[in-house]
Amino acid sequence: MKYPYFPGCSLRGLGRAYEESLLAVLHHLGVELQELEDWNCCGATAYMSVDETQAAVLASRNLARAERAGFSELLAPCSACYLVLNKLQHSIEQFPDIQQTVQRALAQANLNYRGSVRVRHPLDILLHEIGLDAIRERVVQPLRGLKVAPYYGCQIVRPYATFDDAHQPTTMDQLLATLGAEVVVWPLKTKCCGGTLTGTVPEAGLRLSYILLKEAQRRGAHVLATVCPLCHFNLDAYHAEIEHRWGPIPIPTVYFSQLMGLAFGLAPRQLGLHRNLVPFRFPSEPTVACP
Amino acid sequence: MTPPQNHAPKAHRAEPRIGFYVCHCGSNIADTVDCAEIARYAASLPGVILARDYKYMCSDPGQELIQQDIREYQLDRIVVASCSPLLHEHTFRAALARAGLNPFYLQMVNIREHVSWVHKNREAATAKARDLARAAIQRVRHHQALQPIRVPIRAEALVLGGGIAGIHAALLLAEAGKRVILVERQPSIGGHMAQLDKTFPTLDCAACILTPKMSAVRAHPNITLWTYSEVIKVEGYVGNFTVTVRRKPRYINEALCVGCKQCVDACVFKDGKFPDEFNAGLSHRKPIYLPFPQATPQVVVIDPDRCLNLKTGKCKKTCVEACDRNAIVFDQQPEVHEVKVGTIIVATGYDLFDPTRLPQYGYGRYPNVFTTLEAERLVNSSGPTAGKVRLRDGRVPRSVGIILCVGSRDHRTHPWCSRTCCMHSMKLALLIREHAGAEVTIFHMDIRSAGKGYEEFYDRCLREGIQFIRGRVAEVTDWAMTAKEEGHLVVRVEDTLAGFVRRIPLDMIVLAVGMEPQRDARELRRILNISCSNEGWFLERHPKLGPVITFTDGIFLAGCCQGPKDIPDTVAQAGAAAAEALALMDRGYIEQEPNTAYIDPDHCCGCKSCLPLCPYSAIQLDETQGRAFINEALCKGCGACVAACPSGSIQQHLFEDEQVFAEIDGVLSYA
Ligand SMILES: Cc1cc2nc3c(=O)[nH]c(=O)nc-3n(C[C@H](O)[C@H](O)[C@H](O)COP(=O)(O)OP(=O)(O)OC[C@H]3O[C@@H](n4cnc5c(N)ncnc54)[C@H](O)[C@@H]3O)c2cc1C
Repeated sequence: MKYPYFPGCSLRGLGRAYEESLLAVLHHLGVELQELEDWNCCGATAYMSVDETQAAVLASRNLARAERAGFSELLAPCSACYLVLNKLQHSIEQFPDIQQTVQRALAQANLNYRGSVRVRHPLDILLHEIGLDAIRERVVQPLRGLKVAPYYGCQIVRPYATFDDAHQPTTMDQLLATLGAEVVVWPLKTKCCGGTLTGTVPEAGLRLSYILLKEAQRRGAHVLATVCPLCHFNLDAYHAEIEHRWGPIPIPTVYFSQLMGLAFGLAPRQLGLHRNLVPFRFPSEPTVACP
Repeated sequence: MTPPQNHAPKAHRAEPRIGFYVCHCGSNIADTVDCAEIARYAASLPGVILARDYKYMCSDPGQELIQQDIREYQLDRIVVASCSPLLHEHTFRAALARAGLNPFYLQMVNIREHVSWVHKNREAATAKARDLARAAIQRVRHHQALQPIRVPIRAEALVLGGGIAGIHAALLLAEAGKRVILVERQPSIGGHMAQLDKTFPTLDCAACILTPKMSAVRAHPNITLWTYSEVIKVEGYVGNFTVTVRRKPRYINEALCVGCKQCVDACVFKDGKFPDEFNAGLSHRKPIYLPFPQATPQVVVIDPDRCLNLKTGKCKKTCVEACDRNAIVFDQQPEVHEVKVGTIIVATGYDLFDPTRLPQYGYGRYPNVFTTLEAERLVNSSGPTAGKVRLRDGRVPRSVGIILCVGSRDHRTHPWCSRTCCMHSMKLALLIREHAGAEVTIFHMDIRSAGKGYEEFYDRCLREGIQFIRGRVAEVTDWAMTAKEEGHLVVRVEDTLAGFVRRIPLDMIVLAVGMEPQRDARELRRILNISCSNEGWFLERHPKLGPVITFTDGIFLAGCCQGPKDIPDTVAQAGAAAAEALALMDRGYIEQEPNTAYIDPDHCCGCKSCLPLCPYSAIQLDETQGRAFINEALCKGCGACVAACPSGSIQQHLFEDEQVFAEIDGVLSYA
């Protein structure tokens, strides 16, 4: 299997560990990614909130290039990219004037977009294309005894719930359970991590991240699993600041793909685990060897 | 213009004298179509003696105009260009008849639904109306004098569904002396109303007002009650339906069982083990059970999926020993009955929205989230807790929240208002407070209390201290942020009157789940050959003027199968449906369109192609003459044989070749 792939800036920057681990586990599952050539910034949610049409134009170049390359799908692992590209798809279907503006802009770069590319998320591919059975077969070090709080964040299911429920998503739960982990019931699966507020209004932003960690701790989780580079950044990079304000909360945050890699028996370094600021370790009780 | 050569009128016919009328329909037509111009144009066509436009052709003066002209100008064909013939064909046919003309000399042109209501450009609309008028004028000259067909109507009725709607309709019909077969698919009649505790706005007990009617159904000599039964086939037409009913085996001889329940006590299952449907799953029953104390008929039923003997054949059959009337019949088979009835009343009710479709409200995840139907059973003194309102762990709730519009008024689930939830939630609020002493908060978008005494009931709730918070609840969670919230369910809601987001800790949540069509409504629709809306509610013929009749003559609607409504509206509708059915049955016959097919004996070669095509077995072969002929009494005018006849010797009244071709020529020739 081969999937067209849009890394976006995060997976080459703060979210490097996400790319490293995702590529490794997909490769392990026999799936290769083909990077879209000459891709550009998706615009993220920041641009969209300043000028929707311009943001649509910026994002559309990626889909237009994907279409020209003959791709019918495009894998976008970063939550912001996934949302922005989906929103573009939605806008050009719903709003003819946006579509016209986009087409006009694309024409100047000798491009054109018919709207045929389906934007997909790794969780969607893992569950609905590769399948849990194939994943289970690869598990050599089940994550037995590891209590994980599955954290989806806001962007992959809202407002476009394309492959999971908008309020109670379960795809990551199923995936983690397949890896042998114990999925803790926690009600904050899609609560806000603070997003960019951690940088602009830190009192508000940090508090939101703190709530997530605190509730995960109260529910007995050892680790938070995320799908989003920005969530990961808030929960990992600001961890010291959060503990400084509210006291110790020894909960690391890792990408779901890193946990997959561990269960597949891949080396932690190959999965970018060394990049975590809050180090991830298996809880001491289980028999699984410490990586 | 000259009529086309191929289909020229038969020589012996005198040139017709056509009158043409175009209706303004107030401004409905006249705003978009130049009616005066249509009349001018029509007057110029061959055969048209006079053409008029008039504001309301269907009014008395409008009809009078036609009658006068017929007499004065010896008109013998009439064309009316107005609305759909569905609406007024019979009006104008009657006018013709009053003037002494055969009513089938009329042709209507629909320039409202087909023209003015669907077009904006006046010029183009007028041109289209002109083409349609020309077609009708060319067609009408080929019309023939016909007699309507009279079909007798059977005086028996079938009522489908034994909720309050079906019960009320069946009793009315039976009281009027008609024989009624009431078919209910559950083991007892009663429907949802039987599960309710008290009813708004008067708080009279549902059982007290329903049970006497249930017993009356059982006792009435004119009613045959078939519970645990379903309709699997309906054939025929108004006045003469043949309905096939399948009676599921309940493994009990209904004639012998007296409902003493000794078998239930004796069952090898010492305690109830399986979710009790009547108590909305809040208690457990045995494989052999009486659905509820007032079940009608008072006959137990054995659940084949649970009974050890029926499932495995291995059981001590203590129930059989316990029954001194030998009423248990383990080898009972399903029975299939065919009944003939004149009318059918559909009263199959509603289903409730499945709240797990809105996971943010936590139903099924948090044990103390209930539905309003479950709450009805909790407050009911013969319910699973004997009327005590209890949490699942047995504690008494101190605070209860009722969330409205769960699966109603929401484009993600159902766009419609379920109409009874505001009222029954306020009713439950008062009852829960009375039974548990709990403080009750209702979360609403609006309180819809239109109805006699309903707004007053809302007032009463306000006065008596029920809390109302206006805002659509975002979620129910067990995520506690403060010590006060610990151990409670927290409702997160934007209080749109206070203007901020609130977190409200509560012990118990009740979801006012909306009504939705029965899950098998679409299958049933096909069996009955009636229409339903996109959502699955059965469709009435006219939302205002035909609220209980369907598009299929002889089939009527009552109660929630047509759309959400409360008991007063349900009963009113059931009465209306019974009255409509009675009106038909008491007249004893209906007049049908004489649109039957007939065979020209000179051309038929007896090839028999038409015989197997006729769904009504109306065609027979006369072996001696080697020709087919059609029994007019059986022909339904479907036209299958007409199209299939290789020699073209079958024709159909009202759709003769020359009529249809003249119409086509008319619409296609540019004048
Ligand atoms: C929680 C709750 C509380 C309510 N409280 C009140 C109240 O206080 N006051 C009030 O006025 N209204 C109240 N209502 C509304 C009330 O329930 C309805 O108005 C009423 O029950 C409608 O009656 P029905 O006969 O149309 O439908 P139903 O009660 O649904 O009866 C339909 C019957 O048809 C049967 N059936 C269905 N399909 C078939 C089939 N294919 N073949 C044979 N039989 C079939 C069903 O088994 C059922 O017995 C409440 C509703 C709810 C949900």
